Amino acid sequence: MSSSLHPVRQAVVAHRPIDFGEFVRRAGRSGTLVVQPRMGFGTPGQMRAGLAATKRADASTVGTITLDSYTRLGDLRAVDRALRAGNQLNGYPIVTYDAATTDRVLAGIRDDGFPVQVRHGSAAPRDIFSALIALRINATEGGPVSYCLPYGRTPLADSVRNWAECAKRFAALRDIGVQPHLETFGGCMLGQLCPPSQLVAISVLEALFFYHHGLRSLSVSYAQQTNPAQDAEAVFALRRLCSELLPVPNWHVVIYAYMGVYPTTDEGAYRLLGQAAELAVTTGSERLIVKTVAESRRIPTMEENVAALERAAAVARRTLRSATADPGADSQTYQEAAALIDAVLNLDGDIGPAMLRAFRRGYLDIPYCVHPDNAGRTRSYLDDDGWLRWAEIGALPLGHLVRSAGPRRVTSHGLLADLSYVRRTFDGDLPELRGV
Amino acid sequence: MTAPGHGLARRAARPQPARRRATVVVSGLASDAHTWNLVFLQLLIEELGYHVVNLGPCVPDEVLVGECRRLTPAMVVISSVNGHGHQDGLRVVEKLRACEQLAATPMVIGGKLGIADRGNARQVAALMAAGFDAVFDDGGAGVADFRNFVRSVPPPAAAPLETAEAAV
Repeated sequence: MSSSLHPVRQAVVAHRPIDFGEFVRRAGRSGTLVVQPRMGFGTPGQMRAGLAATKRADASTVGTITLDSYTRLGDLRAVDRALRAGNQLNGYPIVTYDAATTDRVLAGIRDDGFPVQVRHGSAAPRDIFSALIALRINATEGGPVSYCLPYGRTPLADSVRNWAECAKRFAALRDIGVQPHLETFGGCMLGQLCPPSQLVAISVLEALFFYHHGLRSLSVSYAQQTNPAQDAEAVFALRRLCSELLPVPNWHVVIYAYMGVYPTTDEGAYRLLGQAAELAVTTGSERLIVKTVAESRRIPTMEENVAALERAAAVARRTLRSATADPGADSQTYQEAAALIDAVLNLDGDIGPAMLRAFRRGYLDIPYCVHPDNAGRTRSYLDDDGWLRWAEIGALPLGHLVRSAGPRRVTSHGLLADLSYVRRTFDGDLPELRGV
Repeated sequence: MTAPGHGLARRAARPQPARRRATVVVSGLASDAHTWNLVFLQLLIEELGYHVVNLGPCVPDEVLVGECRRLTPAMVVISSVNGHGHQDGLRVVEKLRACEQLAATPMVIGGKLGIADRGNARQVAALMAAGFDAVFDDGGAGVADFRNFVRSVPPPAAAPLETAEAAV
């Protein structure tokens, strides 16, 4: 059949990258957890070396190209200035380097046994998607809500429009025989202190948004929070809701190792990473994005990333899948997440406008998020067992499910204590709270 | 999320027995996506008796200057933790001070201001020379020092905005 194709299409078919989602799901079916770093370097040489080190690690890995923050903000002049001045960038400027340069970074490294994903964080990602499509890089991450509200001031309506357009263009890769994959970042939302039910709801809603705009290979994220039992309940709820709502079989769950204030000791950092790996395995999640021992101090080196990948893979190998049972549809997290999703979907037949309306009405409302389009009427806190609870639900449609915690005033001191709870717990006994 | 800045300035001539909640602007800088430092500062400053307008992370210079001109706050508090605070702070404070109505407004910056462990004293001096009234570099006493600074600013009810500018 390929003999009848135009020569250009033949070339594409010859270099057709593997579907990222299918690769991860195949590993999952054989009982292997895929592990992945957060990794981005400013020069092609370093980036290639980082990908090669990830591939060589003693673990089932996929590669990551994390973009720099100037590219994320669309400030390409700042990228030029930095490159000309020889200043280090905090990620790979994929829009600025020409396609031949990035092709050389990937040549011989990206293959059917080592797919590569691009991670960024932009609410206005047109240029980034143009670069990905030109390079046939068919896996990335994001979402109209999760790449907008936590990071700056881009209006949510603009982000929804941008992401709808980019998702459609990315989905069109299928026209040339390439299956594009998108992962929701909605399971993270500010990294900490967002009660899990809302993380689950936003992750599912963003996956539905991607599906609506043509994507057929999806992953949904969930970021490890403060209590392992609550996290397991949340991931089981996420799986159940995806099974019920996503009209496509090609989806998987990716766990992010803790995204908040990280332990400062190597031992604490590794124990926390180990718990994330256990969470992934016991909930049947297929992929884990690791954090390193350097997390609390600086951008990690290649070696620290490889060590974290191997540590996580080792913990995963000795963890039993059946160690935790799915609590089913009765769990509090499932009930809350389902109520949030139902309320949003009932606002509009089109998922993008539905999410916009939801934030306007406060049906979705991220605690402590100061973006102008977030209602800002919800608050959360950690209870004595380290479970994340609602202190105030604002206009969230959860009145029938959440018992009011009573008038509970969140103070600056209490906020600091909650923000640093995981660090204190895993470092042992930090004598006092550090200033901000 | 309305800011009482203008109304307060108009009504301020009459002394009030109860403290009025004057407005403090809390803001991140253009290249910095961190939020939690700003949320913490908002709560802390509210506890010290002020109304806070939190502009959030990644605030372009023009937005920060525009909002400060619109609100004429009792104080401007800038926080940065991504290591670019020194450069970005120098640039933006000059723009803020160039506005006539902000010439005497107390302005402070704090956080992790540079990427190196050394050379901080010179950075602090440069930021002070450029127009900040205080610089709180990351360290043990940062929060206590900041609290003391806020307390040292004339309380809003006793020193309404027009006279506060003359007094500083």
